[in-house]
Amino acid sequence: MNRKPVRHLIEPEDFTIEELNEVVELGKKMYEAPEKYAAVCKGKILATLFYEPSTRTRFSFETAMLRLGGNIIGFSDANTSSVSKGESIADTIRCMSAYADIAVMRHPKEGAPKLASLYASIPIINGGDGGHQHPTQTLTDLLTIKMYKRTIENHTVAFCGDLKFGRTVHSLIRTLARYNTKKFILISPEELTLPDSLKRTLTENFGIELQEVRYIEDVIGEIDILYMTRIQRERFFNEADYARLKDSYLLSQSKLQHAKKDMIVMHPLPRVNEIAYDVDDDPRAVYFKQAEFGVYVRMALITKLLGVDVTC
Amino acid sequence: MLEVTSIRKGIVLDHISSGNGLKIFNKLMLDRVDYPVVLLMNVSSKQMGRKDIIKIENNIDIDLDFLGLIDHHITVNVIEDNKIVSKKKVEIPKKVKGIFSCHNPRCITNFDDYVKPTFHLVSEKTLEYKCSYCEEITKYKL
Repeated sequence: MNRKPVRHLIEPEDFTIEELNEVVELGKKMYEAPEKYAAVCKGKILATLFYEPSTRTRFSFETAMLRLGGNIIGFSDANTSSVSKGESIADTIRCMSAYADIAVMRHPKEGAPKLASLYASIPIINGGDGGHQHPTQTLTDLLTIKMYKRTIENHTVAFCGDLKFGRTVHSLIRTLARYNTKKFILISPEELTLPDSLKRTLTENFGIELQEVRYIEDVIGEIDILYMTRIQRERFFNEADYARLKDSYLLSQSKLQHAKKDMIVMHPLPRVNEIAYDVDDDPRAVYFKQAEFGVYVRMALITKLLGVDVTC
Repeated sequence: MLEVTSIRKGIVLDHISSGNGLKIFNKLMLDRVDYPVVLLMNVSSKQMGRKDIIKIENNIDIDLDFLGLIDHHITVNVIEDNKIVSKKKVEIPKKVKGIFSCHNPRCITNFDDYVKPTFHLVSEKTLEYKCSYCEEITKYKL
Protein backbone atom coordinates (compact mmCIF):
# COMPACT_ATOMS: atom_id res chain seq x y z
CA MET A 1 0.00 0.00 0.00
CA ASN A 2 1.41 3.39 -0.97
CA ARG A 3 1.07 5.83 1.90
CA LYS A 4 1.73 9.53 1.60
CA PRO A 5 4.94 10.47 3.40
CA VAL A 6 4.28 11.97 6.81
CA ARG A 7 5.14 15.65 7.18
CA HIS A 8 6.43 17.09 10.46
CA LEU A 9 7.16 20.59 11.70
CA ILE A 10 10.31 20.30 13.79
CA GLU A 11 12.10 23.41 12.62
CA PRO A 12 10.86 26.29 10.45
CA GLU A 13 12.94 25.06 7.51
CA ASP A 14 10.67 22.02 7.24
CA PHE A 15 8.30 24.35 5.38
CA THR A 16 9.15 26.34 2.26
CA ILE A 17 8.38 30.06 2.24
CA GLU A 18 5.34 29.27 0.07
CA GLU A 19 4.11 26.77 2.65
CA LEU A 20 4.68 29.22 5.50
CA ASN A 21 2.71 31.83 3.57
CA GLU A 22 -0.04 29.29 2.92
CA VAL A 23 -0.37 28.50 6.65
CA VAL A 24 -0.31 32.19 7.59
CA GLU A 25 -2.98 33.03 4.98
CA LEU A 26 -5.17 30.15 6.11
CA GLY A 27 -4.66 31.19 9.73
CA LYS A 28 -5.88 34.68 8.79
CA LYS A 29 -9.00 33.23 7.14
CA MET A 30 -9.66 31.05 10.18
CA TYR A 31 -9.30 34.07 12.47
CA GLU A 32 -11.81 36.01 10.38
CA ALA A 33 -14.38 33.20 10.14
CA PRO A 34 -13.59 30.29 12.51
CA GLU A 35 -17.10 28.84 12.33
CA LYS A 36 -16.51 27.77 8.72
CA TYR A 37 -13.89 25.29 9.89
CA ALA A 38 -15.70 23.96 12.95
CA ALA A 39 -15.95 20.37 11.69
CA VAL A 40 -13.02 19.90 9.32
CA CYS A 41 -11.13 17.70 11.83
CA LYS A 42 -14.12 15.74 13.09
CA GLY A 43 -12.96 12.28 14.22
CA LYS A 44 -9.30 13.28 14.40
CA ILE A 45 -7.24 13.16 17.61
CA LEU A 46 -4.40 15.43 18.64
CA ALA A 47 -1.95 14.11 21.25
CA THR A 48 -0.36 16.81 23.39
CA LEU A 49 2.88 15.46 24.84
CA PHE A 50 4.13 18.16 27.19
CA TYR A 51 7.23 17.10 29.10
CA GLU A 52 7.62 20.67 30.34
CA PRO A 53 5.11 23.26 31.62
CA SER A 54 3.27 25.38 29.10
CA THR A 55 0.26 27.64 29.15
CA ARG A 56 -0.20 29.25 25.76
CA THR A 57 1.26 26.58 23.51
CA ARG A 58 -0.64 23.68 25.05
CA PHE A 59 -3.95 25.49 25.48
CA SER A 60 -3.78 27.09 22.06
CA PHE A 61 -3.14 23.71 20.45
CA GLU A 62 -5.98 22.12 22.41
CA THR A 63 -8.29 25.04 21.59
CA ALA A 64 -7.25 24.84 17.95
CA MET A 65 -8.12 21.14 17.69
CA LEU A 66 -11.42 21.58 19.53
CA ARG A 67 -12.36 24.51 17.28
CA LEU A 68 -11.69 22.27 14.27
CA GLY A 69 -14.10 19.66 15.65
CA GLY A 70 -11.39 17.20 16.71
CA ASN A 71 -10.48 15.65 20.05
CA ILE A 72 -7.42 15.73 22.29
CA ILE A 73 -5.49 13.32 24.49
CA GLY A 74 -2.15 13.76 26.22
CA PHE A 75 -0.25 14.77 29.32
CA SER A 76 1.04 18.04 30.66
CA ASP A 77 3.33 16.56 33.27
CA ALA A 78 5.81 13.86 32.29
CA ASN A 79 5.58 12.42 35.82
CA THR A 80 2.08 11.17 35.08
CA SER A 81 3.21 9.07 32.10
CA SER A 82 5.59 6.14 31.56
CA VAL A 83 8.31 8.67 30.89
CA SER A 84 8.80 8.79 34.65
CA LYS A 85 9.66 5.06 34.44
CA GLY A 86 12.45 5.84 32.02
CA GLU A 87 10.69 5.08 28.73
CA SER A 88 12.55 6.28 25.65
CA ILE A 89 10.98 8.87 23.36
CA ALA A 90 11.10 6.37 20.50
CA ASP A 91 8.93 3.88 22.41
CA THR A 92 6.47 6.54 23.59
CA ILE A 93 5.98 7.98 20.13
CA ARG A 94 5.55 4.61 18.43
CA CYS A 95 2.63 3.89 20.74
CA MET A 96 1.17 7.40 20.46
CA SER A 97 1.24 6.94 16.68
CA ALA A 98 -1.32 4.19 17.13
CA TYR A 99 -3.57 6.27 19.39
CA ALA A 100 -3.62 9.69 17.73
CA ASP A 101 -3.60 11.24 14.26
CA ILE A 102 -1.14 14.03 15.03
CA ALA A 103 1.00 14.99 18.03
CA VAL A 104 2.61 18.10 19.45
CA MET A 105 5.61 17.67 21.74
CA ARG A 106 7.26 20.07 24.13
CA HIS A 107 10.44 18.83 25.76
CA PRO A 108 13.17 20.43 27.90
CA LYS A 109 15.90 18.62 25.98
CA GLU A 110 16.98 20.02 22.65
CA GLY A 111 16.34 17.80 19.65
CA ALA A 112 13.72 15.63 21.39
CA PRO A 113 10.92 16.34 18.85
CA LYS A 114 13.36 15.60 16.03
CA LEU A 115 14.08 12.24 17.64
CA ALA A 116 10.33 11.60 17.98
CA SER A 117 9.77 12.40 14.30
CA LEU A 118 12.22 9.66 13.30
CA TYR A 119 10.06 6.98 14.93
CA ALA A 120 6.55 8.41 14.41
CA SER A 121 4.08 7.39 11.77
CA ILE A 122 1.94 10.48 12.43
CA PRO A 123 2.87 14.17 11.99
CA ILE A 124 4.94 15.53 14.88
CA ILE A 125 4.91 19.22 15.74
CA ASN A 126 7.70 20.73 17.80
CA GLY A 127 6.00 22.69 20.57
CA GLY A 128 9.35 23.97 21.87
CA ASP A 129 12.52 22.05 22.71
CA GLY A 130 14.78 23.55 25.37
CA GLY A 131 16.52 26.66 24.09
CA HIS A 132 16.52 25.34 20.55
CA GLN A 133 13.41 25.91 18.42
CA HIS A 134 9.76 26.89 18.65
CA PRO A 135 8.44 26.84 15.09
CA THR A 136 4.74 27.24 15.91
CA GLN A 137 5.51 30.43 17.82
CA THR A 138 7.19 31.55 14.62
CA LEU A 139 3.98 30.87 12.68
CA THR A 140 2.14 32.91 15.31
CA ASP A 141 4.68 35.72 14.94
CA LEU A 142 4.44 35.68 11.16
CA LEU A 143 0.65 35.97 11.30
CA THR A 144 0.95 38.84 13.79
CA ILE A 145 3.42 40.69 11.56
CA LYS A 146 1.17 40.07 8.56
CA MET A 147 -1.88 41.40 10.41
CA TYR A 148 -0.21 44.57 11.74
CA LYS A 149 2.43 45.38 9.12
CA ARG A 150 0.64 43.96 6.03
CA THR A 151 3.82 42.29 4.73
CA ILE A 152 6.39 40.04 6.40
CA GLU A 153 9.34 41.38 4.38
CA ASN A 154 11.38 44.58 4.63
CA HIS A 155 11.09 45.59 8.27
CA THR A 156 13.77 46.57 10.74
CA VAL A 157 13.35 43.92 13.39
CA ALA A 158 14.99 44.13 16.81
CA PHE A 159 15.21 41.21 19.24
CA CYS A 160 15.66 42.09 22.90
CA GLY A 161 16.46 40.07 26.02
CA ASP A 162 17.61 36.46 26.17
CA LEU A 163 18.88 35.79 22.67
CA LYS A 164 21.09 32.91 23.76
CA PHE A 165 18.47 30.52 25.12
CA GLY A 166 15.36 32.13 23.58
CA ARG A 167 14.01 29.43 21.29
CA THR A 168 11.32 31.75 19.91
CA VAL A 169 14.05 34.14 18.78
CA HIS A 170 16.08 31.36 17.17
CA SER A 171 13.14 30.12 15.13
CA LEU A 172 11.85 33.54 14.10
CA ILE A 173 15.21 35.06 13.19
CA ARG A 174 16.05 32.11 10.94
CA THR A 175 12.69 32.41 9.27
CA LEU A 176 12.78 36.18 8.77
CA ALA A 177 16.23 35.71 7.23
CA ARG A 178 14.53 33.60 4.58
CA TYR A 179 12.10 36.47 3.99
CA ASN A 180 15.02 38.59 2.72
CA THR A 181 15.54 40.65 5.84
CA LYS A 182 18.73 42.68 5.40
CA LYS A 183 19.49 43.61 8.99
CA PHE A 184 18.62 42.58 12.54
CA ILE A 185 19.22 44.59 15.69
CA LEU A 186 20.19 42.38 18.62
CA ILE A 187 19.75 43.88 22.10
CA SER A 188 21.03 41.74 24.96
CA PRO A 189 23.52 41.55 27.80
CA GLU A 190 26.87 40.11 26.80
CA GLU A 191 26.08 36.79 28.53
CA LEU A 192 22.89 36.26 26.53
CA THR A 193 23.87 37.14 22.97
CA LEU A 194 22.70 35.10 19.99
CA PRO A 195 24.66 31.78 19.67
CA ASP A 196 27.72 32.08 17.44
CA SER A 197 26.61 29.24 15.17
CA LEU A 198 23.34 31.07 14.43
CA LYS A 199 25.13 34.37 13.88
CA ARG A 200 27.43 32.62 11.45
CA THR A 201 24.48 31.16 9.54
CA LEU A 202 22.81 34.57 9.30
CA THR A 203 25.89 36.43 8.12
CA GLU A 204 27.53 33.77 5.94
CA ASN A 205 24.51 32.05 4.41
CA PHE A 206 22.15 35.02 4.17
CA GLY A 207 24.52 38.02 4.09
CA ILE A 208 22.56 39.71 6.85
CA GLU A 209 23.96 42.61 8.85
CA LEU A 210 23.72 42.11 12.60
CA GLN A 211 23.87 45.19 14.80
CA GLU A 212 24.55 44.21 18.41
CA VAL A 213 23.76 46.78 21.10
CA ARG A 214 23.36 46.67 24.87
CA TYR A 215 20.47 49.10 25.42
CA ILE A 216 17.03 49.55 23.84
CA GLU A 217 17.30 53.34 24.13
CA ASP A 218 20.21 53.41 21.66
CA VAL A 219 18.15 52.09 18.76
CA ILE A 220 14.45 52.43 19.64
CA GLY A 221 13.79 55.12 17.00
CA GLU A 222 14.93 52.86 14.13
CA ILE A 223 12.80 49.81 14.92
CA ASP A 224 9.66 48.64 13.04
CA ILE A 225 9.14 45.46 15.06
CA LEU A 226 10.47 45.10 18.61
CA TYR A 227 10.48 41.46 19.73
CA MET A 228 10.86 41.29 23.52
CA THR A 229 11.78 38.08 25.33
CA ARG A 230 11.95 36.90 28.90
CA ILE A 231 15.17 36.07 30.69
CA GLN A 232 14.26 32.45 31.47
CA ARG A 233 15.06 30.98 34.85
CA GLU A 234 14.80 27.39 33.58
CA ARG A 235 17.61 27.88 31.06
CA PHE A 236 20.22 28.79 33.68
CA PHE A 237 22.39 26.30 35.46
CA ASN A 238 22.95 28.60 38.37
CA GLU A 239 20.57 30.85 40.24
CA ALA A 240 23.10 33.63 40.76
CA ASP A 241 23.50 34.27 37.02
CA TYR A 242 19.73 34.32 36.61
CA ALA A 243 19.25 36.78 39.47
CA ARG A 244 21.90 39.09 38.07
CA LEU A 245 20.43 39.26 34.56
CA LYS A 246 16.68 38.86 35.01
CA ASP A 247 15.86 42.55 35.22
CA SER A 248 18.38 43.65 32.60
CA TYR A 249 15.88 44.88 30.04
CA LEU A 250 12.65 46.60 30.82
CA LEU A 251 10.50 48.27 28.19
CA SER A 252 8.57 51.15 29.70
CA GLN A 253 6.20 53.80 28.39
CA SER A 254 8.95 56.42 28.72
CA LYS A 255 11.25 54.43 26.41
CA LEU A 256 8.41 53.99 23.92
CA GLN A 257 8.07 57.77 23.53
CA HIS A 258 11.10 57.71 21.25
CA ALA A 259 9.78 54.85 19.10
CA LYS A 260 8.07 55.08 15.71
CA LYS A 261 4.31 55.61 15.87
CA ASP A 262 3.69 52.44 13.85
CA MET A 263 6.25 50.26 15.58
CA ILE A 264 4.79 47.08 17.10
CA VAL A 265 5.91 45.43 20.34
CA MET A 266 5.71 41.63 20.25
CA HIS A 267 6.40 39.09 22.99
CA PRO A 268 5.89 35.30 22.97
CA LEU A 269 4.75 35.51 26.63
CA PRO A 270 4.83 34.86 29.51
CA ARG A 271 6.39 38.18 30.45
CA VAL A 272 7.85 38.65 33.89
CA ASN A 273 9.86 41.85 34.23
CA GLU A 274 10.64 42.87 30.70
CA ILE A 275 7.55 44.91 29.75
CA ALA A 276 6.08 47.36 32.25
CA TYR A 277 2.32 47.05 32.73
CA ASP A 278 1.85 50.65 31.57
CA VAL A 279 2.87 49.57 28.06
CA ASP A 280 -0.18 47.28 27.76
CA ASP A 281 -2.53 50.13 26.86
CA ASP A 282 -0.26 51.51 24.16
CA PRO A 283 -1.68 50.68 20.70
CA ARG A 284 1.78 49.47 19.67
CA ALA A 285 1.64 46.64 22.23
CA VAL A 286 0.29 43.67 20.27
CA TYR A 287 1.42 40.72 22.41
CA PHE A 288 -2.01 39.69 23.66
CA LYS A 289 -3.42 39.72 20.13
CA GLN A 290 -0.31 37.75 19.15
CA ALA A 291 -1.27 35.04 21.67
CA GLU A 292 -4.81 35.02 20.23
CA PHE A 293 -3.53 34.61 16.66
CA GLY A 294 -1.62 31.57 17.89
CA VAL A 295 -4.83 29.55 18.04
CA TYR A 296 -5.78 30.26 14.43
CA VAL A 297 -2.38 29.68 12.91
CA ARG A 298 -2.16 26.38 14.81
CA MET A 299 -5.58 25.44 13.43
CA ALA A 300 -4.17 26.10 9.96
CA LEU A 301 -1.07 24.04 10.73
CA ILE A 302 -3.04 21.06 12.03
CA THR A 303 -5.20 20.97 8.90
CA LYS A 304 -2.15 21.23 6.66
CA LEU A 305 -0.26 18.40 8.36
CA LEU A 306 -3.36 16.20 8.48
CA GLY A 307 -4.12 17.00 4.86
CA VAL A 308 -7.80 17.63 5.55
CA ASP A 309 -10.02 19.52 3.14
CA VAL A 310 -10.41 23.18 4.16
CA THR A 311 -12.17 24.48 1.06
CA CYS A 312 -15.15 25.81 2.95
CA MET B 1 67.36 1.03 10.66
CA LEU B 2 64.85 -0.94 12.69
CA GLU B 3 63.26 -3.67 10.58
CA VAL B 4 59.93 -5.33 11.13
CA THR B 5 58.91 -8.21 8.93
CA SER B 6 55.94 -7.74 6.64
CA ILE B 7 52.66 -9.39 7.46
CA ARG B 8 51.09 -12.20 5.44
CA LYS B 9 47.46 -11.33 5.91
CA GLY B 10 45.96 -8.36 7.66
CA ILE B 11 45.89 -4.57 7.72
CA VAL B 12 48.58 -1.92 7.72
CA LEU B 13 47.71 1.59 8.82
CA ASP B 14 50.35 3.70 7.13
CA HIS B 15 51.07 7.46 7.06
CA ILE B 16 49.83 8.04 10.57
CA SER B 17 51.02 11.48 11.68
CA SER B 18 53.89 11.06 14.09
CA GLY B 19 52.51 10.98 17.61
CA ASN B 20 49.05 9.70 16.68
CA GLY B 21 50.05 6.04 16.43
CA LEU B 22 49.81 5.28 20.12
CA LYS B 23 46.46 7.10 20.42
CA ILE B 24 45.01 5.04 17.56
CA PHE B 25 46.52 1.87 18.98
CA ASN B 26 44.75 2.56 22.27
CA LYS B 27 41.46 3.66 20.68
CA LEU B 28 41.33 0.44 18.62
CA MET B 29 42.13 -1.43 21.87
CA LEU B 30 44.90 -3.34 20.13
CA ASP B 31 46.59 -4.04 23.45
CA ARG B 32 43.80 -6.52 24.22
CA VAL B 33 43.92 -8.68 21.07
CA ASP B 34 45.45 -12.15 20.75
CA TYR B 35 46.94 -11.83 17.24
CA PRO B 36 50.24 -10.12 16.33
CA VAL B 37 50.18 -6.32 16.24
CA VAL B 38 53.08 -3.93 15.72
CA LEU B 39 53.21 -0.21 16.44
CA LEU B 40 56.08 1.62 14.79
CA MET B 41 56.72 5.19 15.85
CA ASN B 42 58.79 7.97 14.30
CA VAL B 43 59.61 6.05 11.12
CA SER B 44 61.36 8.10 8.41
CA SER B 45 59.03 9.17 5.62
CA LYS B 46 59.87 11.08 2.41
CA GLN B 47 56.39 12.49 2.33
CA MET B 48 55.86 13.30 6.00
CA GLY B 49 59.33 13.48 7.52
CA ARG B 50 58.29 11.21 10.39
CA LYS B 51 55.30 8.91 10.57
CA ASP B 52 53.81 6.11 12.65
CA ILE B 53 52.66 2.74 11.30
CA ILE B 54 50.43 0.04 12.78
CA LYS B 55 50.55 -3.51 11.39
CA ILE B 56 47.77 -5.89 12.34
CA GLU B 57 48.13 -9.59 11.47
CA ASN B 58 44.40 -10.16 11.13
CA ASN B 59 41.55 -8.88 8.94
CA ILE B 60 39.54 -6.81 11.35
CA ASP B 61 36.75 -4.34 10.73
CA ILE B 62 38.05 -0.82 11.11
CA ASP B 63 35.73 2.18 11.12
CA LEU B 64 37.25 4.39 8.44
CA ASP B 65 35.16 7.38 9.62
CA PHE B 66 36.73 7.01 13.01
CA LEU B 67 40.24 6.91 11.53
CA GLY B 68 39.44 9.88 9.30
CA LEU B 69 38.38 11.86 12.31
CA ILE B 70 41.59 11.14 14.19
CA ASP B 71 44.02 11.57 11.31
CA HIS B 72 43.03 12.06 7.68
CA HIS B 73 46.58 11.36 6.44
CA ILE B 74 46.24 7.63 7.14
CA THR B 75 46.35 5.05 4.35
CA VAL B 76 44.72 1.68 5.05
CA ASN B 77 46.42 -1.18 3.23
CA VAL B 78 44.76 -4.58 3.14
CA ILE B 79 47.28 -7.42 2.83
CA GLU B 80 46.61 -10.88 1.39
CA ASP B 81 49.42 -13.40 0.74
CA ASN B 82 52.07 -10.81 1.57
CA LYS B 83 50.71 -8.42 -1.08
CA ILE B 84 48.73 -5.21 -0.85
CA VAL B 85 45.35 -6.02 -2.39
CA SER B 86 43.71 -2.69 -1.62
CA LYS B 87 44.86 0.72 -0.54
CA LYS B 88 42.51 3.34 0.78
CA LYS B 89 43.19 6.84 2.02
CA VAL B 90 40.85 7.83 4.81
CA GLU B 91 38.92 11.11 4.66
CA ILE B 92 37.44 13.43 7.22
CA PRO B 93 33.89 12.02 7.45
CA LYS B 94 31.03 14.28 6.32
CA LYS B 95 28.64 12.49 8.65
CA VAL B 96 29.48 10.87 11.98
CA LYS B 97 27.25 8.60 14.03
CA GLY B 98 27.88 7.30 17.52
CA ILE B 99 31.60 8.12 17.65
CA PHE B 100 31.56 11.10 20.01
CA SER B 101 28.94 12.85 22.07
CA CYS B 102 27.32 16.26 21.68
CA HIS B 103 28.91 19.01 23.75
CA ASN B 104 25.53 20.62 24.41
CA PRO B 105 24.51 19.52 27.94
CA ARG B 106 20.84 20.08 27.02
CA CYS B 107 20.92 17.88 23.91
CA ILE B 108 18.55 14.89 23.93
CA THR B 109 21.38 12.61 22.76
CA ASN B 110 22.98 13.00 26.18
CA PHE B 111 19.83 11.72 27.94
CA ASP B 112 18.01 9.17 25.79
CA ASP B 113 19.93 5.90 25.40
CA TYR B 114 17.93 4.97 22.33
CA VAL B 115 19.53 7.63 20.15
CA LYS B 116 23.10 7.73 18.87
CA PRO B 117 24.57 11.21 18.52
CA THR B 118 24.77 12.12 14.85
CA PHE B 119 26.66 15.02 13.31
CA HIS B 120 27.33 16.73 9.99
CA LEU B 121 30.70 18.29 9.21
CA VAL B 122 30.62 22.09 9.05
CA SER B 123 34.36 22.84 8.98
CA GLU B 124 37.15 20.49 7.83
CA LYS B 125 39.75 22.97 9.06
CA THR B 126 38.57 23.03 12.65
CA LEU B 127 36.82 19.61 12.70
CA GLU B 128 33.56 21.24 13.77
CA TYR B 129 30.42 19.17 13.54
CA LYS B 130 26.78 20.23 13.82
CA CYS B 131 24.52 17.98 15.88
CA SER B 132 21.62 16.61 13.82
CA TYR B 133 19.32 16.92 16.83
CA CYS B 134 20.10 20.16 18.68
CA GLU B 135 22.21 21.86 15.94
CA GLU B 136 24.92 22.89 18.40
CA ILE B 137 28.50 22.77 17.15
CA THR B 138 30.88 20.22 18.66
CA LYS B 139 34.59 20.38 17.91
CA TYR B 140 36.10 16.92 17.74
CA LYS B 141 39.26 16.37 19.76
CA LEU B 142 41.04 13.03 20.15
